[in-house]
Order: sequence, then C-alpha cells, then structure tokens
Amino acid sequence: MLIIKDLHATIDGREILKGINLTVGPGEIHAIMGPNGSGKSTLSYVLAGREGYEVTGGSVTYDGKDLLALTPEQRAAEGVFLAFQYPIEIPGVSNTTFLKYAVNAIRRHRGEQELDAMEFLKLVRGKTRALGISDDMLKRAVNVGFSGGEKKRNEVLQMAVLNPRLALLDETDSGLDIDALRIVADGVNALRSPERSMVLITHYQRLLDYIVPDHVHVLAWGRIQRSGGAELARELEAKGYAEFAERAA
Amino acid sequence: MPNSPSARRDGAMAAEQSGTTTMTSAIQPYLDSFHDLIPGLPGAGLGWLDRLRHDGLARFAATGFPSQRVEAWKYTSLRALERSVFAPAGHATPPAIDRLPTVAPDPRTAHRLVLVDGRFRPDLSSVPASVAGIASAGLADLLAGSPGDVPTTLAERHLGSVATLETGLTAVNTAFVSDGLVIHVAAGVAVAQPIEVVFIATGGAAASPTLHHPRLLLVAEPDSQVTLVEHHVGLGDGPYATNTVVEIVVGDRAVVNHTKIQREGQGAIHIATTAARIGSEGRYDHFGLTLGAALSRNDIVPILGAGASCRLAGAYLLRGRQHADTTTAIEHSAPRATSRQVYKGVIDDTAHGVFQGRILVRPGAQKTDAYQINRALLLSAGAEIDSKPELEIHADDVKCSHGATAGELDDDQLFYLRARGIDRDDARRLLIGAFVGEAIDEISDATVAAAVRALADAWLTTPAAGSQKGMGS
Repeated sequence: MLIIKDLHATIDGREILKGINLTVGPGEIHAIMGPNGSGKSTLSYVLAGREGYEVTGGSVTYDGKDLLALTPEQRAAEGVFLAFQYPIEIPGVSNTTFLKYAVNAIRRHRGEQELDAMEFLKLVRGKTRALGISDDMLKRAVNVGFSGGEKKRNEVLQMAVLNPRLALLDETDSGLDIDALRIVADGVNALRSPERSMVLITHYQRLLDYIVPDHVHVLAWGRIQRSGGAELARELEAKGYAEFAERAA
Repeated sequence: MPNSPSARRDGAMAAEQSGTTTMTSAIQPYLDSFHDLIPGLPGAGLGWLDRLRHDGLARFAATGFPSQRVEAWKYTSLRALERSVFAPAGHATPPAIDRLPTVAPDPRTAHRLVLVDGRFRPDLSSVPASVAGIASAGLADLLAGSPGDVPTTLAERHLGSVATLETGLTAVNTAFVSDGLVIHVAAGVAVAQPIEVVFIATGGAAASPTLHHPRLLLVAEPDSQVTLVEHHVGLGDGPYATNTVVEIVVGDRAVVNHTKIQREGQGAIHIATTAARIGSEGRYDHFGLTLGAALSRNDIVPILGAGASCRLAGAYLLRGRQHADTTTAIEHSAPRATSRQVYKGVIDDTAHGVFQGRILVRPGAQKTDAYQINRALLLSAGAEIDSKPELEIHADDVKCSHGATAGELDDDQLFYLRARGIDRDDARRLLIGAFVGEAIDEISDATVAAAVRALADAWLTTPAAGSQKGMGS
C-alpha cells in the first residue's frame, strides 16, 4: 500500500527527515511516536504534498504509484487523507459546500458520476448519524468557531465521507479532553477496514489505548529509531522519550 | 482608453485655439458645446432649470474636471477624459427588448426602466400593472411638461437638492442635464419587487467617443419602502464615458435598498455620484458591484438625519489594467444615526483598486455609531490597492471604527482544500467567492443578492485577463 524508502526532506534548507523507511500494508494500522521536533508532522505534510517542503532524496510509492509526483488534490483523489493536527478555518464556505466540492472532485477524478444535491445529502446524513454529529455542524462555515473537539470530529467526518484507502492522522488526540478523545477514537475505529490503512502520528500513548495499532515506530532525529508491536508504545509511556532526547542534546 | 488618434485631434485643436491652461483648454469644447445645446435641451426656458444649468456650467467652468492635486482625487486621474473630446451620445440602436440585461428572475414580470445612452426608452421599459403608489417618468418628458403620474413639481423641488455642485463632475452633469429618470414612491407605500433601472451604453461602436450625463432621481416619501437596482451595461469595448448622477431622497422612516451593478465595456470610463439624503429614522442601504470599465469612480455621499441608518457595501472585482475607485463620504449631521461600510476588493493582473472612506460627524451628532472596513485580496504581484480611511469627528459621544486589510490568498486554506481533492483553481474560486460573499451578504433582498452572486461567480470563472465582456448573459 505505502512504501517509504530512505526519505529525506528539508524545509528552508534545514533537513528534517533524514532517511525514513516505512512499509504499511493494506488494512494495517501503524503508529508513529516521537518527541516534539522529531519530524512527525513534517512526514505527514510531505506525504500529503504540502508546498514548502523539499524532498531531497528517497522515494514514496503508494499503490504502485510515485506519490511524490502527484499534486495534493491528486493524492486525495487517489485515496490519501490527512487529518490535520490543526484543522483550518475557512470563513464563508459552509461545511456542506466544502464536502460536496471534495466528494465530487474525487468522483470526477475516478471517472464516476457527480452526486446531485439529494444524493450528496443522503451520503453525508448517513455519516453524521453514524458519528453522532449534528446537522448544524454542516451548515456552519468550515471549522469557524468550532471547539477543539468539534474540529477533530469534523476531520473524522470528512474521512468518513471521502472514504480514503490511506489515512494519516496527525496528532488527532492533541487538545482533546478524555471524553472528546473517546468520541474521536470511536469514529476512527468505526472506519477500520481491511481496505483502509492508517498511520497514527502521536506524541502520547493514550490515543493508542483506544485505537490499538498493529505496529509502533519511534521517530527521532528524522529517522525511525525503533519499531515493534503495541507493547512498544506502553514501554515508551513508562520510560518516556528520554533515551531519544539525550542523544539529541 | 479613449485616447485613439482620432479621438485626440479635436482636443489638440481646441488647446491651440484657446492657448490657456491645460485644464481650461480641456473643458473648452464642453463649454462651447453648451451654448449650442442649451436652447434644445428639454425644459429650456423654465426659470429654475435655466438657473440650475447655468450654475452647473459656471461651477464646471471654474473647476474643470477634478485633478489629482485635489486630495479626494489623489489616486485617480481623469486625464483620459480631458485628453479626448467626447461628443454627446447620438441615437444608437439598442438591443431587442428580449435581449436586454436584467437581474429579474423572470423578465416578463420585471419592473424595468431602460435608458439607452442616457435617454429614457419607454418602448423598452415595462411596469407591472399591479404596482400602485410608484410613479416614474423620463426626466426629459417631465421637464418638457409631460410628467405622467409623477408629481409635476418633483424635479423642481428635488433636482440638485441632494447632489451639490461641489465637484466639476456633478456640475457638468447638471449643466447638461437633459434626460434620465425620475421615480416617486408615495408615502406609506411598500413595494417588495425591485425596480430595475438599466443603463445601456451602446458606446464604443461610434466613430468618435461619446459622453453622456444621465440623471436618476428617486424620491421615497415618508414611511415608504422600495428596492432599486441600478444596472449599467456596456455593449461595446471601445471608448465612451458616462457621468451619472443619482439623487436619492429617503423620507422620514422610509427604507431604500439600492444595488448598483456596473458592467460597462472594457474601454469605458464610468463616473458616478450617488448622493442620498436620509430623513430621520430612515434607512438607506447601498451595494455596489464593480466589474466593468477601464476606469471607474464611484462617489457615494449619504447625509444622515436623526436616528437614520445607512449601510454601504460593495465588491470590486478587477483584472487586466482596470482602475476602480470607490470613495464614500458619510455625513452624520444629526444625533443617533448609525452607518456601516463593508467593502471587498479582488484585484488581479496589474489592476488598481482605490477605496477612500470618509466619515464626518458634525457637531451635535451625538451617539453616532459608524463602522467601516475595506478588505482587498491581491491575486498577483502587479495588483495594487490604495485604501484611505478618514474620520472627521466634531462630537464627543460617538463610536467610530475603521479598518483596512490587503493580502493574498491564504496558503493554509488553499492546502486544506486541495488536501481534500479540490483542485487548485476550484480551491481559489471557492476562497475568493467566500471572501466576496461576505460583502454580498449585506444585500437584504434575496433575489438581488442571488443575481449579484451569480455575476460575481461568472467573473470568477472567466479564465484569463482581458477576456471580460461588457455584456454577459
């Protein structure tokens, strides 16, 4: 599904990713953990195609395609979804309009018929009901005036509607209290499927209490330092990142 | 721009003959033509009208067209108007009645009054039978003694009472005032259906550039309510100029919603003064959509009575080498009046937007509440905006605030949309549309707002610079 080989990336000439290797199989859930400044968010942005990051070496193959050669919108249309750590507010554009544009852009890319207003509403209503999201949130401008929890639930709603095959969740747990975290995690768990791979990027182990990963990787100094199963996350929770922070000093 | 060699020739000759200063020579042909034209103008011989025209001419002779040395004209040059001599508009052939532009959802039931090159055309206009309490007449007909059901003395009482002769532009319009439209809304009458006044300019096709000075007078008597759409459309992209003066009298407790849509041709100069006098507890809302003309200037000048409210909003969407200047001057002349201004500009290529917003609070206008914002979105490195707020406050118990911003599209927002599969062009259009939409939301009439939104969307989907059309579908 996703094969990252020796990926190097810089921002403003500063190298952040220094040779990432990672393979994610279909339906697998991988967690990438690491201290602040280790390159976790950079990795998610590079995979989603954000401008400003320069890939200076390595390759990323997604579903047999060169992911790095695609524009952000092409990646999304191919089934890559990034849940943002800080979802962006877009005044003047309603959530409904935003989602409808997105759904139909992706359908066009796939050569499918665009949904009309009725079909679209039916699709979205089904998802909001399943996720326990009020219709009121659809009418409001994208993320404007949303609480932290609402923003993250809105990301999960978008993921549910767009039905990606590879979901990158960047610090989805940040800024959430325990109740909000549980709601968001339930939403993500509901979307687990053998056809959907997920990469959870997180600083804390607590998210992994709710979404149990198949594989855990520790990212520090721009490289994956250790990989293991779910037990690695618990070990980090007990010991902290001190081992990785010292070498950085 | 109207500076083709043929358009220049007459002006150059006039300059040699008069041998005086540039400014005087530039307006000399206009002054000369006045004396030829005046006996033939409608209503000539009416004492009050003769005086008004002569006052206008005298003022114009003294001031000429505004120059950039005048503070209020610092960003906008009318040299193009001085460089060539514009002839009065002739009798051009308008489009067929069923091809006329309109914002009405169904043209068959529209209340639509049409002027072609400044001349009222009853044959192209339609007034629904069900309308009661609203009367309209061509200004020329009214001045010539055929007022229809408009009160006979309406022009005498109100013409020139709101738009002062302060600038040379209002003065020259007044000097040559001949045709236009007068609308009267009787006291207590509330009309939901918008009245659309369509100004069609056929200019650009004729051999020499033309200039016309249409005049619109709307009198809304106390406790009346009316929605006016002023729709300017150019049929050709050659040079022509229009110098419109709109006078609006808002009676006590009356409500006037006014939307102006400017879609002149690419070669046009569009100059307009909109002056409104708002009676006590009255309301005047004005929205301006600027899409057309090479050079445009909108002066919006409301005077607020006690407890009156005024909401000015607008969107100027510019590309190519367009220059569009919106200058507002709100005068709080009595206590407890509120004003609100929300302007949005989208500027591409090397276009130039200007917004000047003046708020004057007269002594004694206590409890004034005035707000003003101008935001500009610059889509290219060559795009330019000059924004100048100006507060002049002579009362101590007032609330006045203003703001201006200029910036580019937000990269984070663009990436967010693209990360959801929306391609770059659509993402840009969504964001620009949302930006402009915040100003369009100020329009209270849903039908008019929808028409304005559709025109703004059409502008957004027009692919490249220089491809804008004077007349869309």
